[in-house]
Amino acid sequence: MIFNDFNPQEDKILRIIDNDGNVLNKELLPDLDNETLIKAYKAMLYTRTADQMAVSYQRQGRMYTFPPNLGQEAIHAAAGMIIREEDWLVPAFRELGVMLAKGVTMKEIFLYYSGSEHGSNFKQANHVLPICVPIGSQFLHATGIGYSIKYQKKDEVVFPFIGDGGTSEGDFSEALNFAGVWKVPVIYTIQNNQYAISVPVKSQTNSINLAVKAVAFGIPGIKVDGNDFFAMYVAYKEAFDYARAGNGAVLIEALTYRKGAHTTSDDPTKYRTKEEEQEWDKTDPLPRMKKYLENNGIRIEEEEKLIEEYKLEIDNQFSEAENFPPYELDDVFGYMYTDMPEILEKQKADYKLFQRWKENRK
Amino acid sequence: MEGEQKMSVMTIVQAINNALDIKLEEDKSIVVYGEDTGKEGGVFRVTEGLQKKYGIERVFDSPLAESAIVGAGLGMAMSGLRPIVELQFDGFTYPAFNQIISNVSRMHNRSRGKYKVPMVIRFPYGGGINALEHHSESPEALYAHIPGIKVVIPSTPHDAKGLLISAIESDDPVIFMEPKRIYRAIKQEVSDEKFSIPLGKAKVLTEGTDVTVVAFGAMIRECQKALQMAKEADISVELIDLRTIYPIDKATIAESIKKTGKFIIVAEAPESFGVGAELMAIANEEAFLYLEAPPKRVMGFDTIVPMAKGEPFYLITPDRIFYEIERTVKF
Repeated sequence: MIFNDFNPQEDKILRIIDNDGNVLNKELLPDLDNETLIKAYKAMLYTRTADQMAVSYQRQGRMYTFPPNLGQEAIHAAAGMIIREEDWLVPAFRELGVMLAKGVTMKEIFLYYSGSEHGSNFKQANHVLPICVPIGSQFLHATGIGYSIKYQKKDEVVFPFIGDGGTSEGDFSEALNFAGVWKVPVIYTIQNNQYAISVPVKSQTNSINLAVKAVAFGIPGIKVDGNDFFAMYVAYKEAFDYARAGNGAVLIEALTYRKGAHTTSDDPTKYRTKEEEQEWDKTDPLPRMKKYLENNGIRIEEEEKLIEEYKLEIDNQFSEAENFPPYELDDVFGYMYTDMPEILEKQKADYKLFQRWKENRK
Repeated sequence: MEGEQKMSVMTIVQAINNALDIKLEEDKSIVVYGEDTGKEGGVFRVTEGLQKKYGIERVFDSPLAESAIVGAGLGMAMSGLRPIVELQFDGFTYPAFNQIISNVSRMHNRSRGKYKVPMVIRFPYGGGINALEHHSESPEALYAHIPGIKVVIPSTPHDAKGLLISAIESDDPVIFMEPKRIYRAIKQEVSDEKFSIPLGKAKVLTEGTDVTVVAFGAMIRECQKALQMAKEADISVELIDLRTIYPIDKATIAESIKKTGKFIIVAEAPESFGVGAELMAIANEEAFLYLEAPPKRVMGFDTIVPMAKGEPFYLITPDRIFYEIERTVKF
């Protein structure tokens, strides 16, 4: 297992290509055909385009607060290629590319960040949990789904995500501890993008890295260059085979950088330098993979045109979200219980009386 | 004396910052921390500039764990410090709930007074900012229901400063909930000097004779708008700002109800089992024979606070307050 060759206690990192797309480790390079590589690159490109458009809609005042994914697309593309329809995605809130791979639509994403709960009802995507805002709490749900899969003898794997800040929450450790005891088929990913809003990871933990936390819970852990698509792909492939074979859970720390703000309400210039940002820019997963493709004579046809096509399609999805039926009073009450208690019916009816009074007053 | 005091125009954010500044300057045992509280000065900039002024040992960023923020704060409070901790949003306080209900609230009683818990837990609360889930909640009843905890909610910059100074000086743990919706919406002349407002005392903001309206936090401003509508309809409303949720000021409320005979409570939280129910109990226990109409709660639905598109249904508006005022007065 590759996990054994990259001991997090020695702070080793799995990396396959360098920032210029040169192969550092030929033996580890996954055997993927050109078509698959182009598909992976396009997935990253689509995610980036959609993400940037979301930020732009927010800036135009057509959408509310949005957490950008910029810079983390390689993790999403790699997970997206491994995760199957029957596998479970348990997101935090910065996993756009994986959600898209599972069949979540940009229309739903836009709807959610425009302030509608309907954006959490993924119509075409199976086994995707809603975005989870309370930091780290979703890790426990993944552990439970893992138990359920095992109990029901299903061939499914769970993909939960957390950020570097989330690893400080008790729920993170509790989830991994249960996972170790129960040997559940769960691949826990930490997207270590260096910041929990303004707090750098060095202020978050005194551990040598985040992958090493797996050691205490008796599960394999590995630190991976999260901006290297190939490294992420190999890590996920190994983890997937390991979990499916009934060996239990693994922890992947994907080292990356949140190029954008925490959310559109945040201003990173308050807490980090331009120099630091420029240093990380060199590792950007998209140009890096593109250089690899170019080095190996694999051409992406007319990328500019492709981006224009994506933009058109994404803008159509935004229009669909904007034209979603208006929010009704029933949307506030209708989903609280499977059978609505009388007391809620009464509150709704009372509110309608007020609405009528208001209408008559005009 | 009042006339000689130097005054500055402040928002609630600035008034809280000013109170923290005054107390940090005065008392070396005070430390301030939380998520993004140090370098960035908090996501709402309430602690802005304090780390620079008082150093990283006294004003700092903690790792991201609310239970640890509060639990470690209890340890500090039991061993010579006076921690003021910040939790980032109302809906993110719940991981700390166990520490608050199981230890923070009980330590003084458990140790028969050997240990005091001079600790303030601050967090922004309430809706109206078009936020994602968990950013718009009003959990005052959850915390006020815990024996051993004081719960304070200011509604103006002046009160925010005076109440926070009292909270910091209290030897008991205080939960200080800040109405984020009006963090910057209200500007007011506030004294630059240190002053305090006693905890446990409500304030009659407007005297009236037809009906008593009790509210707190961001709802005061909405009530004041409703009072304008009431005035146009020749209804005289007595408006009371509760200011401290617990210990609750029964006397001021009862006295007002005895005068007006009618009673309305306005709050953002879900109606059932909330502060409104407690206030109705006070009306019944302390002023039953004076009531001329059923007391009425104008509160949130028993639902999750909807996201931005649905929030207009949920938020208490001035016309909804006026609607209930009129119905109660005409009863």
